[in-house]
Amino acid sequence: METVINIVLLTFLCITALAIVQIRKLFCAIMLMGIFSLLSACLFVTMDAVDVAFTEAAVGSGISTILLLGAMTLTSIDEKRPSYQSLIAILVVVVTGAILVYGTMDIPPFGTPDAPIHRHVALRYIQQSPIEVGPPNMVTSVLASYRGYDTLGETAVIFTAGIALVALLGTYRRKTGSAPQKDKPSTLNDHLVLSIVSKMFIPLILLFGLYVQFHGDYGPGGGFQAGVIFASGIILYALIFGVDKAMRVISPSALRLLSAAGLLLFGGVGLMCIINGGNFLDYNTLAQRPIDGQHLGIFLIELGVGITVFAIMVMMFYAFSNRKGRSA
Amino acid sequence: MLANTLDIITVLCLVLGCFLGITGGIGIYRLPDFFTRLHASSVTDSACAFLILFALMLQSGFTLVTVKLCFVLFFLILSSTTATHALAKAAIQRGFQPLLGREDKR
Repeated sequence: METVINIVLLTFLCITALAIVQIRKLFCAIMLMGIFSLLSACLFVTMDAVDVAFTEAAVGSGISTILLLGAMTLTSIDEKRPSYQSLIAILVVVVTGAILVYGTMDIPPFGTPDAPIHRHVALRYIQQSPIEVGPPNMVTSVLASYRGYDTLGETAVIFTAGIALVALLGTYRRKTGSAPQKDKPSTLNDHLVLSIVSKMFIPLILLFGLYVQFHGDYGPGGGFQAGVIFASGIILYALIFGVDKAMRVISPSALRLLSAAGLLLFGGVGLMCIINGGNFLDYNTLAQRPIDGQHLGIFLIELGVGITVFAIMVMMFYAFSNRKGRSA
Repeated sequence: MLANTLDIITVLCLVLGCFLGITGGIGIYRLPDFFTRLHASSVTDSACAFLILFALMLQSGFTLVTVKLCFVLFFLILSSTTATHALAKAAIQRGFQPLLGREDKR
């Protein structure tokens, strides 16, 4: 049964990928990329990797679709035809793909118990993490405690990407606009049904974001997904009621502070561990009992990740929409 | 006896839901203009999803899973109907005419 599901999902994945390459309309390509992410999220679920699937569904098919649509409004709807022959490109891709497929020959089959990955660190994580770290969701303890350096790196990457995007597109300045912007029809201000339903939904979305943030120790979830969900609530507000109103709710300068504060919180927890006499990101030193220290450390760094991801996502959306308003 | 009845109702709901889903898919592909296609996709969104979720609820019984499924159903009903409404409204504002009321029946 599972094989059938896998085959169907992978077939759809291939069809979607080919369609993305083939299609010239950027809007359709973006929508297909959302479908692609959703399909890979389904594949992750069949492999029992719910945390990864959750992240893929929230980030891949949720917020990146919105951000890509925002980026698309700055360019044309159709893709330009390349002026050169793409024969060399196809050759390079085919050769690389063939090498990669050849490489998979040596990988042990999926789920083999004596594969190298199951005999090395995974065994220790499974046996020791309930005693050493504590959270029932082992993914969280691996992500936040054993692999804290990696997570710090990922958060720094998101932060850097956001800063680079804002540096490229420019920050928001309300005063320097040429004329006082009158209400454009593109803000869906007069759409009664949309505004009522979104008013109903936005508090629930924010609440769900907080749930995902603080429930990450017990089930699938954590800082990355929570930040994205929280940001999508704000972005929905901005889409329905206009970016200006959303900026009154949370201003771009506050976002800039928040994005740095989240990363600093993460790094600060690491430094605090050094001050208390341990290694960098060694949470055992944070409290009297090591396991309490682990809890506190994981809570704080997940909060830092969530704040940074949230701030960067909303900042990117503001940057795109601001650019659009200026060029129009 | 009760479990048997529940299973039968579940199967009926699932089959009907799948049928409506496939119908919606065919409808999106075959129907002539934007608004009729929207109608087809909204059939998939509402009736098909409703039936399948209801069948799942029957199988899960009085547990936390059913409560979660209820939430999913609630959000799905609200968001999919709103999305259909927004799509139709946007299409009309852009000047799309339904095929039935149009002068030149292409």
